[in-house]
Amino acid sequence: MSETFTKGMARNIYYGGSLFFVLVFLALTYHTERTVPERTNSHLLTESVVRGKLVWEENNCIGCHSLLGEGAYFAPELGNVFVRRGGEEGFKFFLPAWMKAQPTNIPGRRQMPQFNLTDAQLDDLAEFLKWTSKINTNNWPPNKEG
Amino acid sequence: MSNNPYIKFTSQKVAMPYLVFALILFVGQILFGLIMGLQYIIGDFLFPLIPFNIARMVHTNLLIVWLLFGFMGAAYYLIPEEADRELHSPKLAMILFWIFATAGVLTILGYLFVPYAGLAQMTGNDLLPTMGREFLEQPLITKVGIVVVCLGFLYNVGMTVLKGRKTAINVVMMTGLIGLAVMFLFSFYNPDNLTRDKFYWWYVVHLWVEGVWELIMAAMLAYVLIKITGVDREVIEKWLYVIVAMALISGILGTGHHYFWIGAPTVWLWVGSIFSTLEPLPFFAMVLFAFNMINRRRREHPNKAAALWAMGTTVTAFLGAGVWGFLHTLAPVNYYTHGTQLTAAHGHLAFYGAYALIVMTLISYAMPKLRGLGEAADNKAQVLEMWGFWLMTISMVFITLFLSAAGVVQIWLQRMPEDGAALSFMATQDQLMIFYWFRLAAGVVFLVGLVCYLLSFRQRGRAALTTGVVAGHA
Repeated sequence: MSETFTKGMARNIYYGGSLFFVLVFLALTYHTERTVPERTNSHLLTESVVRGKLVWEENNCIGCHSLLGEGAYFAPELGNVFVRRGGEEGFKFFLPAWMKAQPTNIPGRRQMPQFNLTDAQLDDLAEFLKWTSKINTNNWPPNKEG
Repeated sequence: MSNNPYIKFTSQKVAMPYLVFALILFVGQILFGLIMGLQYIIGDFLFPLIPFNIARMVHTNLLIVWLLFGFMGAAYYLIPEEADRELHSPKLAMILFWIFATAGVLTILGYLFVPYAGLAQMTGNDLLPTMGREFLEQPLITKVGIVVVCLGFLYNVGMTVLKGRKTAINVVMMTGLIGLAVMFLFSFYNPDNLTRDKFYWWYVVHLWVEGVWELIMAAMLAYVLIKITGVDREVIEKWLYVIVAMALISGILGTGHHYFWIGAPTVWLWVGSIFSTLEPLPFFAMVLFAFNMINRRRREHPNKAAALWAMGTTVTAFLGAGVWGFLHTLAPVNYYTHGTQLTAAHGHLAFYGAYALIVMTLISYAMPKLRGLGEAADNKAQVLEMWGFWLMTISMVFITLFLSAAGVVQIWLQRMPEDGAALSFMATQDQLMIFYWFRLAAGVVFLVGLVCYLLSFRQRGRAALTTGVVAGHA
């Protein structure tokens, strides 16, 4: 690099540039906070959904599945599983039946552990996944297979 | 003065246990990676003894923790030398080492031997739920432990810098380490709203790996380059500032590329796409930096392996983080690629290139000196070390290529078609088996490379003429 561009100038770009973009980032964070209630239907975020999120977390579901595309890629996306597996009519029946049938023990197949969730926990989990499926994700995923 | 003539300050010795332990955890990470590679093909392998989610948690958490040990070891090694004084408290550094190592091992054992829900109950996750989020699976007590260790560590190295010489290298290193600790505090914030949870989760994850960790990487690289090339500090430090400026200017708003599909507003589609397009720049600058400095070297340092690692980390980081990141970072592309094997491909080469390799670069430079072997290990050990570098790096490139191929096919079968025509996730996985077999084979070669690398530490005697010093052992 040329001699006219000094270490001091580089240092000032580092400090000044970083500070500027931290401030822009905070402004965008504020904007995000303002829009999240509407985009996530926060009025539908019930106690049951909150408990369901805890069930999701305490069983480390993210260790195999993805949720809104984030997590592990070993098992299906679950952000839209509500839509894929029955929706309003069927999902509440599908999920407990599915969970209770695990593991399938089919030789060579990927196995989901048996988590021994109570009926109340299964109901909360279903509510959480239902609420999640209604988040405005800019139309992601591209199709219902997730 | 030290009784080891190859290190300037006795207290630099505390780096040794950190670096050795980092490599031990690295071995564990690779073994669990191989287990998962096999589980991708033989789905019920080791089930229910080690379900995939547990193996993955161990694999990723070991990665994070070994890199933290590596960064801390690097700091304990280079900060006293840059500050031109002994470490503030070597005793504190050793106490923190044992706390961190014990907490780390107990956490991993907890993952392996206690069902995760039980671990959450035992450790009071109900009081402040923080567990069960990717990479932040640690029980609350472990997270608190990490904070305590980081605070003690920052106090120790911070006092050293404050009382000593403040160079660009130790200032940037300190900024990166403080940023690491500060951003980790967001791991305690877990809002009920999933979108908010994910939004701040990235404050930890993205602002670590595409933010403050880049400062740590650049500072470590600059330090090693000064040492092995003898190029003027003014030149090196100017480069350092340019690189870290690029890293933060692109990386902070680049966080937006994670905010496309999680419920955050549409402004992020633009901000994330534009700024993350700039994110390869700091990595490209690091490539130019390393090759330029080594070409303009003013001395022939006997540690050829360290120069190889230094060049290797920049090129591999540029490929993994820069090129493979850019491949799928634009919102219209990411719409189809998000959360596929392509993401996994990028993650592997980026973490290996940028962070695993920078830690091994520092180890390559510092370890012969810490062990009292000399300025460098002997020729035979260096050759073995370089075999380790090439085998690990090439096999990681192949892992990335196979996962990328799997990702492209997955996108083609599962993501691109309309509803009805698209294959389900599991049906798609069946179509990818051939790639997973190749990936596993590349993983085995990686392990062979790791063994070569570890064998390079077997040298016991000194490489060059020295005064009477007892050689340490790794």
